[in-house]
Amino acid sequence: MTQLNSKVPTGPVPLMWSNYKATCKLVNPANKRKLDIIVVGTGLAGASAAASLAELGYNVKIFCYQDSPRRAHSIAAQGGINAAKNYQNDGDSVYRLFVDTIKGGDYRARESNVYRLAEVSNAIIDQCVAQGVPFAREYGGLLDNRSFGGAQVSRTFYARGQTGQQLLLGAYSALSRQIAKGTVTLYNRRDMLDVVLVDGKARGIIVRNLITGEIEKYFGHAVVLGTGGYGNAYYLSTNAMGSNASPIWKAYKKGAFFANPCFTQIHPTCIPVHGDYQSKLTLMSESLRNDGRIWVPKKLEDAEKCRNKQLKANDIPEEDRDYYLERRYPAFGNLVPRDVASRAAKERCDAGYGVGSGFAVYLDFADSIKRLGRETIEARYGNLFQMYEKIVNENGYESPMMIYPAVHYTMGGIWVDYNLMTSIPGLYALGECNFSDHGANRLGASALMQGLADGYFVLPYTIADYLAGEIHTKRIPTDTAEFNEAEKNAKNTVEKLKAIKGKQSVDVFHKKLGKIMWEYCGMGRNEEGLKKALELIPQLKKEFWQDLKLPGGTDEFNPEIEKAGRVADFIELSELIVRDGLNRRESCGGHFREEMQTEEGEAKRDDENFAYVAAWEYKGENAEPELHKEQLEFKEIKLATRNYK
Amino acid sequence: MDLTLKIWRQKNAKTKGEFVTYQISGISPDCSFLEMLDQMNEKLIRENDEPVDFRKCPVSFDHDCREGICGMCGLFINGRPHGPDEAITTCQLHMRKFKDGDTIVIEPWRSRAFPIIKDLLVDRSAFDKIIQAGGYVNVNTGGVPDANSILIKKNNAELAMDAAACIGCGACVAACANASAMLFVSAKVSQLALLPQGKVESKERVQKMVRTMDKLGFGNCSNTYACEFECPKSVNRSNIARMNLEFIIAKTCTEKETVRIAGV
Ligand SMILES: Cc1cc2nc3c(=O)[nH]c(=O)nc-3n(C[C@H](O)[C@H](O)[C@H](O)COP(=O)(O)OP(=O)(O)OC[C@H]3O[C@@H](n4cnc5c(N)ncnc54)[C@H](O)[C@@H]3O)c2cc1C
Ligand code: FES
Repeated sequence: MTQLNSKVPTGPVPLMWSNYKATCKLVNPANKRKLDIIVVGTGLAGASAAASLAELGYNVKIFCYQDSPRRAHSIAAQGGINAAKNYQNDGDSVYRLFVDTIKGGDYRARESNVYRLAEVSNAIIDQCVAQGVPFAREYGGLLDNRSFGGAQVSRTFYARGQTGQQLLLGAYSALSRQIAKGTVTLYNRRDMLDVVLVDGKARGIIVRNLITGEIEKYFGHAVVLGTGGYGNAYYLSTNAMGSNASPIWKAYKKGAFFANPCFTQIHPTCIPVHGDYQSKLTLMSESLRNDGRIWVPKKLEDAEKCRNKQLKANDIPEEDRDYYLERRYPAFGNLVPRDVASRAAKERCDAGYGVGSGFAVYLDFADSIKRLGRETIEARYGNLFQMYEKIVNENGYESPMMIYPAVHYTMGGIWVDYNLMTSIPGLYALGECNFSDHGANRLGASALMQGLADGYFVLPYTIADYLAGEIHTKRIPTDTAEFNEAEKNAKNTVEKLKAIKGKQSVDVFHKKLGKIMWEYCGMGRNEEGLKKALELIPQLKKEFWQDLKLPGGTDEFNPEIEKAGRVADFIELSELIVRDGLNRRESCGGHFREEMQTEEGEAKRDDENFAYVAAWEYKGENAEPELHKEQLEFKEIKLATRNYK
Repeated sequence: MDLTLKIWRQKNAKTKGEFVTYQISGISPDCSFLEMLDQMNEKLIRENDEPVDFRKCPVSFDHDCREGICGMCGLFINGRPHGPDEAITTCQLHMRKFKDGDTIVIEPWRSRAFPIIKDLLVDRSAFDKIIQAGGYVNVNTGGVPDANSILIKKNNAELAMDAAACIGCGACVAACANASAMLFVSAKVSQLALLPQGKVESKERVQKMVRTMDKLGFGNCSNTYACEFECPKSVNRSNIARMNLEFIIAKTCTEKETVRIAGV
């Protein structure tokens, strides 16, 4: 059994990072030039890491599957990014951001990592402003803030409803600057198929050139993954169509542990599902909960009339509305964390109070418009209202929006130590694809913070600690046995998929998988359902490998091939998600085990038995994965029941 | 809805393309344009076993976020970039904008600087090259001042944000009779010129970016502003004026004069 060593520095939590920086190994500039680093992913995590590493003098190769690095799905983040600046003088501090993040994550994250995240958060804002990111400003010229769920301070920085776009374009500009200098080489339209290990260390990757279909090999002294989340295992999610788990899944199969896969986040405010043909779900930013009030009809008959379109939301009098979040959680009201808000919506809809198709609740701006004027609301969320109207064909200013929870983010991911290194030496994971900072539930505006913290301010230090020992390693040619073997495997997989010649398209399988996952491993999970999923998924896997139909050639641009590889991996990953969910017999954060709840329907955590990170080790095609437990130590924060009442 | 689709099919960059007609029925007006194409591709897969003819294989098109922000999608629909709606990307366009029985013509962006890769897919890396030429502030990670030490007038921040909303989809180029990239380039030039952080290098930046744009084969601006009209993010033509001003100042004025005219 491989021993899990989280490499958390010794000493008091608040001093760990400064001590680490003061004592970690460095690589001198002349040696940096001799070292190659592969970065997969051009999102906030990958782009910021690549730019920063190249500035330091390393040779960087960066990969993405889109046509341009600027398209990474970080671009879609709307609401904002947290930092402990306390510009509002409302009592914020690094310590408070740390506490909120641990608590928001339902005490399932590592203190040391989260403290470091809070600590570097302020530098991120400084960096982005220096790059020219046009954050929202007050009249006096200072930066403006808004509030997000799970916090009672206003610490979220934003650029209208396009914060992710602006931050990513900032990182993309820093990356572009390095590409122009020749310190970063960009490989766009490349799909990563495998990681190559030489003598147990990560030394390269195998990719498919999406335009030519060719399989290519690349060497790096270290490999960094910043490939985003795996929410698309559920088919419908707020992720991009191409978002996938294949790079981390392949890393898992090569020996990197996968941590807490069942911690998936269902976001409360998304546009509801409206048809079978639907390909994705659209998020309505959490920031809307600053000014929008969530409700359903108080009377069952009103809800039914709303569903049959006999009654309009605006015609329901105030006293017949149930503002259920304000009712149940008076202290946080509409700003409770996401998992709590999502479950509350599901609870109301399951009880028959849903509107629209029955799986929707109202998000109402009438009060804010009355209080602040339509112009203010428009200035704050104009693009979101426009997006809503384009999709649903209804005007959110005039009548309440309809929303419902949807799969959005994955807290689980590749297990990493304090250095962000996976259990494979020389392989790193940053951003959403690692498990590190958000425990069982991520707070709004914290993923952007984490992606940029990892890339700009953490990895550039921690990777040196490893590479200092690699300065004598010569570049390894990519025609060695290890590279050739990995290349052969990748080619075989493509050929195998093509050779099935079945009847059903990739999308059909992906939809089937999504239905299983949403039904049995969605907002509420129970033993029986999870066990059922553990039967259904292997059946689906079998069916996939017997009945897939893959049109088109393998030596040309053919998206069906990428999709097939991704769905094959999603099917396997889903099994692990379910297995992890079954193992975790407690409710915490996004993982709600229906058997474990209080009388009021709140999540019941079990700290005695489950205050650990579940890190799964791959044991081969037909073997069960092995569970390793990283016990979570709480030195700074006392474990307590989350209370948002 | 039942529709006739005339779609540009082209096997790869080297072959010649042609329009191929397809029929599709039972499309919901509430589905998006790309979801309509998904359904057509699904039908092609279902109905054709090992098709040798690439025209019976699914149609290739670029897309990713499907929520109007990544800028990856971009189809020329019935003669308009992103189709018959205002301030919208192809992925946000919904079928309710069409009528039952309509014929819809679907083409890729057409511009010398955006060569066709396959079917409806084009190579827009020219845009990345323009940004690489100078679309950034020269700062390294770390060692920057506190964010609130740089005061920015709210109005300037808003204008910069208006320009920065560009998603780099290329609709402006596709809309322009000269295939000019002025709106795209000016959006970045403006965003940075409007902010004190970017002002420092604005002279060099505008020259480098414009030079690169010209070199990559984009045409000239003849002030018809189809670009602004078709831009999914409504990026304003005033950015072009600002860029021209920046460019003239950079070209003709000495350092001292620049300070006086532009208030750098
Ligand atoms: C709609 C939406 C709104 C959000 N809003 C917020 C918000 O307001 N605040 C907040 O903090 N967080 C928000 N989030 C979460 C946050 O945006 C993401 O968690 C974060 O941006 C992820 O960044 P990343 O760099 O890890 O990955 P991504 O940005 O997803 O980048 C992944 C990169 O990996 C590459 N890649 C993936 N697979 C492969 C492969 N097989 N081969 C090659 N390359 C590959 C892709 O090309 C891409 O470049 C939001 C998320 C969504 C979906
Ligand atoms: S797919 Fe991203 S903008 Fe259309």
